[in-house]
Amino acid sequence: MVEEIGTTTDGDIIINVGPQHPATHGVLHLVITINGETIKKVEPHLGFIHRSIEKMCESLSYRQFIYVTSRMDYLSSHINNHACALCVEKGLQIEVPSRAQVIRVLMDELTRIASHELWWGAMAMDLGAFTPFFHAFRERESINDIMEETCGARLTMNYMVPGGVMQDIHPNFQTRVKNFITLYKSKVGEYNELVTGNIIFQNRMKGIGYLSSEDAISFGCTGPTARGSGVSCDTRKLYPYEIYNQLQFDEILETGCDSFARYMVRVREMNQSIRIIEQLIDNIPEGDFQAKTKAVLKLPKGEFYQRVETARGEFGVYIVSEGGTTPYRIKFRSPGFSNLSALDHIARGSKLGDLVAMMGTLDLVIPDIDR
Amino acid sequence: MSNNSNYKDSSKASPSGGGLEGASSYLKDIFNGLKSLVIGLRRTFYYFTHHKEIITQQYPDNRETMNLPERFKGEVVMLHDENNEHACTGCTACELACPNATIKIITKFDITPEGKKKKAIDKFVYHLELCTMCNLCIVACPTDAIKMAQTFEHSVFNRADLTKVLNKPGSKIREGVE
Amino acid sequence: MLSFSTISKSIDSWLRATFSDTWTMVIEMLIAGICVISLFAILGLILVLMERKVSAWMQIRLGPNRVGPKGMFQSLADTIKLLVKEGLTPDGADKFLFNLAPILAIIVAMLLMAPIAFAKDFQLWNMNIGVLYVSAVSSMMVISILMAGWASNNKYSLMGAMRSGAQIVSYELSAGLSILVVVVLSGSLNLNEIIQSQADGWWIFKGHIPVIIAFIIFIIAVTAETNRAPFDLAEAESELTAGFHTEYSGMKFALFFLAEYVNVFIVCAIGATLFFGGWMPFHIGNWQGFNHVMDFIPSSIWFFGKTFFLIFLIMWFRWTFPRLRIDQLLNLEWKYLLPISMFNLLLVTAIAILGWYF
Repeated sequence: MVEEIGTTTDGDIIINVGPQHPATHGVLHLVITINGETIKKVEPHLGFIHRSIEKMCESLSYRQFIYVTSRMDYLSSHINNHACALCVEKGLQIEVPSRAQVIRVLMDELTRIASHELWWGAMAMDLGAFTPFFHAFRERESINDIMEETCGARLTMNYMVPGGVMQDIHPNFQTRVKNFITLYKSKVGEYNELVTGNIIFQNRMKGIGYLSSEDAISFGCTGPTARGSGVSCDTRKLYPYEIYNQLQFDEILETGCDSFARYMVRVREMNQSIRIIEQLIDNIPEGDFQAKTKAVLKLPKGEFYQRVETARGEFGVYIVSEGGTTPYRIKFRSPGFSNLSALDHIARGSKLGDLVAMMGTLDLVIPDIDR
Repeated sequence: MSNNSNYKDSSKASPSGGGLEGASSYLKDIFNGLKSLVIGLRRTFYYFTHHKEIITQQYPDNRETMNLPERFKGEVVMLHDENNEHACTGCTACELACPNATIKIITKFDITPEGKKKKAIDKFVYHLELCTMCNLCIVACPTDAIKMAQTFEHSVFNRADLTKVLNKPGSKIREGVE
Repeated sequence: MLSFSTISKSIDSWLRATFSDTWTMVIEMLIAGICVISLFAILGLILVLMERKVSAWMQIRLGPNRVGPKGMFQSLADTIKLLVKEGLTPDGADKFLFNLAPILAIIVAMLLMAPIAFAKDFQLWNMNIGVLYVSAVSSMMVISILMAGWASNNKYSLMGAMRSGAQIVSYELSAGLSILVVVVLSGSLNLNEIIQSQADGWWIFKGHIPVIIAFIIFIIAVTAETNRAPFDLAEAESELTAGFHTEYSGMKFALFFLAEYVNVFIVCAIGATLFFGGWMPFHIGNWQGFNHVMDFIPSSIWFFGKTFFLIFLIMWFRWTFPRLRIDQLLNLEWKYLLPISMFNLLLVTAIAILGWYF
């Protein structure tokens, strides 16, 4: 079928996008069959950053394996760690102190904003506008500074531990988060000025990358990708964990099913995260930040599953325990993998330039896909 | 500038209108498109002229003034007091807590003045090249002998330089730490 | 007063007194060639630095500030780096065309320098069809891009070249039509005469709204013609890695890079000449006093000031807007720019016949 010079028998050209390509945000390899500018097929090739994290986790204890999950979806590392901690707590039936729960939720939502900020900048960069990227990083950096102060790291924090959080929040935490909220609210209007309202951007996004609700479900899409197609799938609402069922926030649904809908879901989700943070930041209860746990954790024999909502969609941790100190088998359900599978479907028939925009709206993080 | 970047919307609108109505929607699209572009241009011009908004940190120049938060996880260090004494009993809790085998504790037996044999650390070997700064060893330490330092410029020319012995030569365990 | 025209005249008279006519001609050509080449180098250095600073400030960054005072020698350092880099020719490439393409790009840019009036009476070649010459030669730019894209034997390059071909050929039309607006008003194809016709006010002010529309269309079309964002589809970084110059490295890449910036300069110089009066100072009708004050500013400063203002405009666009898609790009030209500029030309013709301009 494929000739040596990289054309099909139909005369279509086969182009390798990636693994080293400015548009793929990582080492994703896409084999694209194109006819002129029109895409006929997109074949993602995975495995360039496969580190066998699931296998590694089998030899690590229940405290140790959590740090590895920061390296999967590095943009929502807090939320990944949170899922693992929750799953272990579920197995051990640990009651997490309410202070720890609030801190965890605050961190999750800050992470979600930081992740969406980066996505927003990278999205605009995919479309050729470089300036928004730096503007998004201004807000993201202030979140990173908050994280650095409380958790000791900017990206891979390893802050969530079974039973609570590793350290109490820094005394400055509340003031800095409030400053961030002020900063964010003063700058979020610029996002609309620079990108959302821009006529070129709207024409690049509207009506392309159509993913119907049925397709979104059958491809297993979750998170903003599916919510852009009108599929209600927010784990925080449907399977509430921690204190999410006591909080006031909306699940963002858009019915456009196109790239612009997915874009708008993420932009509006940031405001909802701000809303959650505003509810909690002044109401952090006093108490312990960590429950008393045994030095060596041993999950009872059985299977445990916990799902959380990361910035990209539903992240699941599935632990099979044989009763020992290390898991027998761990499976991570990463949102990026399922979302990527829809790429071929939505990209067919569109132009090469739009492929990049569609990849942007799926918000792919390659280490999350490969693990 | 480009008063004319609407392509799809007008083609959608024109069949319904046609004639004068179509022409007015054509012009309206052009006007709205132009407006959105001017808004964007205004925003970038604001930043072009307002240099106080610049957020760049000139990193190697601001080494003196740069303050990393005290919790920043740079590398594991062992705390020594002025008598060259540390608090490490050599219990290997950190070694067990480490997911990457970063820490290796080599113990020896000291002879106490009473003539009893006592376990003490000979070498606290720390492989910085394997460390992921997960903080688990610090949490595991029962005597708070080790902590995270705020250094982060770890580049060396030789990989072997990253393997460090944390207890200073001639140091011994502080009195009363068990 | 010391100006470019007096310098050039004194050199000319000295040469004529010393040598025969033929030798004068040869030496003057050599001097002109050296001037153009050094202008190239200086322009490249200045424009690259300017672009980096403009982009940095718009992106709330500092921009280059390490090499030399305020980073002034940054582009010089970049040039040295590019000079010492290996100029790689891919194995499967058509070696002759591959190496010819960047040279052709730079030759086209050089040819375009000829009719531009940099200051009063300071012009390499005052030809009577200057505007036509510029539009004719500038369309040769696409040949070098197509050549580079085809000869690279790289699919990204080929796609970039194809895009560039479609784009430049389309946008030539509206650029040409908006240039014609000024030609109709001034009644001449000679760039010098066009400048002289603006002695009592620039066309952008004299020509009512139609000239402003023509100017807007011109600036869009030349942004597209020089492959600058938001029309940088030929090198669309996030789609085609680097488009037609994906395979180029070292000095061969630098020539393309230089040609791009010099082209930006040239189209802005043409734009300044046609719409803003070139080196002509800012004059208002017959306000003699005001016009005399304006005349004290040297004409070269007027010319470069206007040109760099237009260059800034193009850079401003680049660092604000997202890129268009290829079909949208062509739609924009054929459905919007071309009809508007044709209608505009009709309007201007009517205005010119009826003498409604100032």
